[in-house]
Amino acid sequence: METSDETLVELATQGNGEAFGDLLRRHYDSIYRIAFRVMGSREDAEDLAQEVCASLPKKLKSFAGRAKFTTWLHQITINASRDLIRRKQAARRKADGWGEVEILRRDEAAQTQAELDWLTTAMNAMSDDLRETVALVLGEEMTHAEAGEILGISEGTVSWRMSEVKKTLRDMARKEEMLK
Amino acid sequence: MSDELDKLKQAMQNATPPPSDDARDRALRVAAEEFEKTFQGSPETVRPTSQNAPSGGFMRGAVSMFRRLTTREALLTTASVATVVVAVVVTQDFNSLPEDNHGKIIVGEFADTKVGATLQSPQTSTIRQDATSQIVINETAPAAQPLDDGFATGAATSIAGNEVVQQQAPVLDALDVTDQASSSPNTPLVDGRLRTESDGDDEIGVLSFVAPAAPIVMSEESEAVTTERRANVTAPTTSQGIVADMAATAEITIIQPAEPVPAIEANTELFPEADINPLKVASEEPVSTFSIDVDTASYGIVRSSLMNGQLPPRDAVRTEELINYFPYDYPLPAEGEAPFSTSVTVMDTPWNADTKLLHIGIQGFDIAVEDRPPVNLVFLIDTSGSMNDANKLPLLINSFRLMLANLQPEDQVAIVTYAGSAGMALEPTPASDSAKILASLQNLSAGGSTAGQAGLQQAYALAEQMADDGDISRVILATDGDFNVGISDPEKLQSFVEDKRDSGVYLSVLGFGRGNYNDTIMQTLAQNGNGTAAYIDTLAEAQKVLVDQIGGALFTIAQDVKIQIEFNPAEIAEYRLIGYETRALNREDFNNDAVDAGEIGAGHSVTAIYEITPVGSPAVSVDDLRYTQTDAQPASSENGEYAFLKLRYKNPGEDRSILLTTPVFADSDAGLQSEANFAAAVAGFAQLLRDDDRIRGWDIADAQALAQQNMGADPFGYRAELITLMRLADSLK
Repeated sequence: METSDETLVELATQGNGEAFGDLLRRHYDSIYRIAFRVMGSREDAEDLAQEVCASLPKKLKSFAGRAKFTTWLHQITINASRDLIRRKQAARRKADGWGEVEILRRDEAAQTQAELDWLTTAMNAMSDDLRETVALVLGEEMTHAEAGEILGISEGTVSWRMSEVKKTLRDMARKEEMLK
Repeated sequence: MSDELDKLKQAMQNATPPPSDDARDRALRVAAEEFEKTFQGSPETVRPTSQNAPSGGFMRGAVSMFRRLTTREALLTTASVATVVVAVVVTQDFNSLPEDNHGKIIVGEFADTKVGATLQSPQTSTIRQDATSQIVINETAPAAQPLDDGFATGAATSIAGNEVVQQQAPVLDALDVTDQASSSPNTPLVDGRLRTESDGDDEIGVLSFVAPAAPIVMSEESEAVTTERRANVTAPTTSQGIVADMAATAEITIIQPAEPVPAIEANTELFPEADINPLKVASEEPVSTFSIDVDTASYGIVRSSLMNGQLPPRDAVRTEELINYFPYDYPLPAEGEAPFSTSVTVMDTPWNADTKLLHIGIQGFDIAVEDRPPVNLVFLIDTSGSMNDANKLPLLINSFRLMLANLQPEDQVAIVTYAGSAGMALEPTPASDSAKILASLQNLSAGGSTAGQAGLQQAYALAEQMADDGDISRVILATDGDFNVGISDPEKLQSFVEDKRDSGVYLSVLGFGRGNYNDTIMQTLAQNGNGTAAYIDTLAEAQKVLVDQIGGALFTIAQDVKIQIEFNPAEIAEYRLIGYETRALNREDFNNDAVDAGEIGAGHSVTAIYEITPVGSPAVSVDDLRYTQTDAQPASSENGEYAFLKLRYKNPGEDRSILLTTPVFADSDAGLQSEANFAAAVAGFAQLLRDDDRIRGWDIADAQALAQQNMGADPFGYRAELITLMRLADSLK
C-alpha cells in the first residue's frame, strides 16, 4: 500500500528527509507540467519547479493539513508562477514563454507545427487567469471544483472561465475562417 | 467536453516536453538541502509506511510556524475570506416614485474594502436617478498587498481578516451561498470549501468572492421589514478584464425598518417576456413543435390582478396557462394504452369566420388517492422577510394544512426553510404524524433575505436522501420567487435545477403574493426542474391545486410530453399556435429525448389550439411569392389531410420516448364542441388581455357570451369564476 501524501507530510514535518524526498518525487512532474502550461517555456517551468521544491520545507510547516496536500501544493505552484510572471514583466521580458513561438518547437512527430502555432496563438489570446485555469482543468484534468479551490475562486467562476476559453478558441476559428 | 477544449487539451499535452532528469535531480537536491537547513538535527526515523506513521505534534508546529511566516502566500492565506461591509444611508424623498428601481453605482477604486455608501434616493432607492449617489470604499483588510494578481476581487468584494468576518457573519452568509450551504450540517453537498468558516487564523488557501452577481445584504436594525430594494453595483473595468466583468453586478438589498417609512411598495414583479406566436405560412414552415404546459400560475396572477382592480401585466398572461387552468370533460384514456387520450377537433373560429381552430385535447388518467404510490415530499418554504404578508406565509401554512389532510399515512414529509440561510425545520416524518408536522408549520415565521438557491440545494439533497427503493420524491417550493441571495440569475438557476432533474426528484412551484413576485424565476424552475407551477392567491386556489387535484400535483403519469404538428400546405395556407410562447421547441428537439419538456400529472388535461387558415380562404394574409414556387405539393397523396399530429412522451423515470400519431382532417371531430368552445373563449379572452391584434373585431363581451354558452357541469365553479373575471376585465379595459 502506498503511503499517503498526508502521512509523508506529517513525517516530513518531523524532520524525516526521506519522506520529504518521496513526496517531491511523487509530485515534481505535476508541478513542472502546470508551470510549463502557465509559463509556456521549458526553462521557466524547470526553474519554477525548482523554486517551488526549494520553498517547500519552510512552507510545509504552515500546511495545516486541512486542505488536500496536492491542492495546497498546486496553490503554491500557481502563486509562484504569478510571482515569476510579475518579475519578468518588471524586467520587461514579456516576450518569453507563450509570447515566443520558437521556444515551443519540438521535433516530436506527434505534434505538427500547425498545431503548435495554433496552441501558441490560443495561449497568447488568453489572459493569465484563463491560462492558469486551463493548465489545471485541461492539463491536470481537475474538476472545476478542484481547480476553483486551488485558484481561490468558486466552481462557477471556473466554469465561466472555461466558457471564456471556448469563446476565445471559437473567435480564433472565426478569424482563421475569414483569412482563408 | 467540447471539441475546442479537447483540441486544446491535446495540443497542450503534445507541446509539453517531459521534464529533464537533470532539472528534476537538481530541484530535488536543492530542496533536500533546504530541508536539512530547516529541520536541522532532526532525529532519524524509519522509512514510513501507512502502518507506522507517528502522529501528533504536527499541528502545534504548523501553527507556530504559520505565525512567523511573512511570505506572500501566508499573507493571502490569512486573508482568506473576503467580505465587504456596506453601509447605506438612504435619504428619503417621497415626491417621486419611479417605476424602475434598478440603478447603477459606479465604483471608482476597488482594491479596498469597506463600502460606505451614501445614496440620496427616493423611496425606492433608484440610484440612477440621483446625481449625488456615491459609494465610498475604504480599506479595512489586514492584507498588506494589493490584489492585482488574479486573486483579484470584484468591486464589491475584497479581502478582510477573519475577525471582521466573524463580526459580520450575516454578510459572509450572504456572500457565498455555496459555502453557506456546505457548512450546514444537513447538507451533503459539501464542495470542499468548508474552510471559509471563520474558525481561526491558520487557514490555508485563498478564497475570493468573485462570483457573478455576488449579493450583499445589509440589514439595518431588526427583522422589522416592510420594504426591500435593490441596486446594481457595477464594477469598473480593470486590467483584469475578466475579473471586472465577473464582478459586474453585485446585488445589494437594503432592508429597512418598518416604522418611519410610509410603506409604498415598490413593484418589482418580473414576468418572462415572450412575443406572441407569429403567423406561419404552411408552405414555408409546415412544422410546429412545442412542449405541453400544465402550469396554471398565470391564471392565478391574472385573477389576483383583476380582483385588485387592475389589468394584469401583458407578459403575465400566458394564454395556454389560462386555458389549462380549467378541467375539461375530455375522454379518459383506454385501459392499457397510453397514459393519456388525445382528441382532435376542427371547428369554426369564434372571432374569424374565415379561419378554423384546430383543438387538441389531452386527458391524463386519474388515480384514486388511496391507490397512488407513497411519495416523499420536501416542503421548501421561503421564510424571508418578503413573505411576511397575510397572503403569503400565513396562506401558505394554511394551504399545506389542507394538503396534509389529504396525504396517505405512508407518505413522508420534511420541511426545509430558507431565509438568509437554509435550514431543516422538520426532519422526514410520516404523514400520519400530523401533529408534529402541523406544529412545525405553525412555528414558521418570516424574516431576513432570501437564499433561494441554498434552500433548493438542501431540499434536493434531502429529497434524494429520503428516496429509497424507487419512491417518488418531490420538492414543493413555496415562495414569492424573490431570490436575492446566492444564485438569482434565472439562467444559473436553470442549470442548477436541470442538473437536479436527472436525480429523478420532481419539483412543484407554488407562487404566493404580489408586489415582488418573480414569475420569471418560478417559470424557469418549474419548466426545467420536471415540475409544474401554480399560483396560490386564495385558500380556494390552494384547495384546487393541493386537494381537488392532488393527484396531478403529486403523481406524474407522463413526462417530457412534446407535440409536433406538420401542416399540409396543399390544404392549409397559414397557421398560428395560440399561446405556448415560452414553450416553443426546435423542430429537431421533438425526436431528441435529451430535450426536456412538460409533465402531465394524474388527471391533468392539456389543451392546445391552432388557428388555421385553409387554402383559398379570404383570410389568407400573406401573398404568394413571385419568384419562389411556394405552391408545395404534398409529398404523399393524403389529400384532404389538414395536418399530421405527433406526440412524444416518456413514462415516468424512463429515458426513451414513445411516439403517438394522429392525422387531422377537415372534419375531425371528437365530439367535444362545447368543451373546445369554452377553451376557445378562454383563448380569446387571454389574447384580448394581451392586446393581440389577430383577434380584432372580437371583444371581452363576446368571449364571455361564448364561455357562458359552454359552461359544462363546472362542479367546483371554476368556470363561473372566469365569467366574473371577464366582466371585471371588460369594465377595466
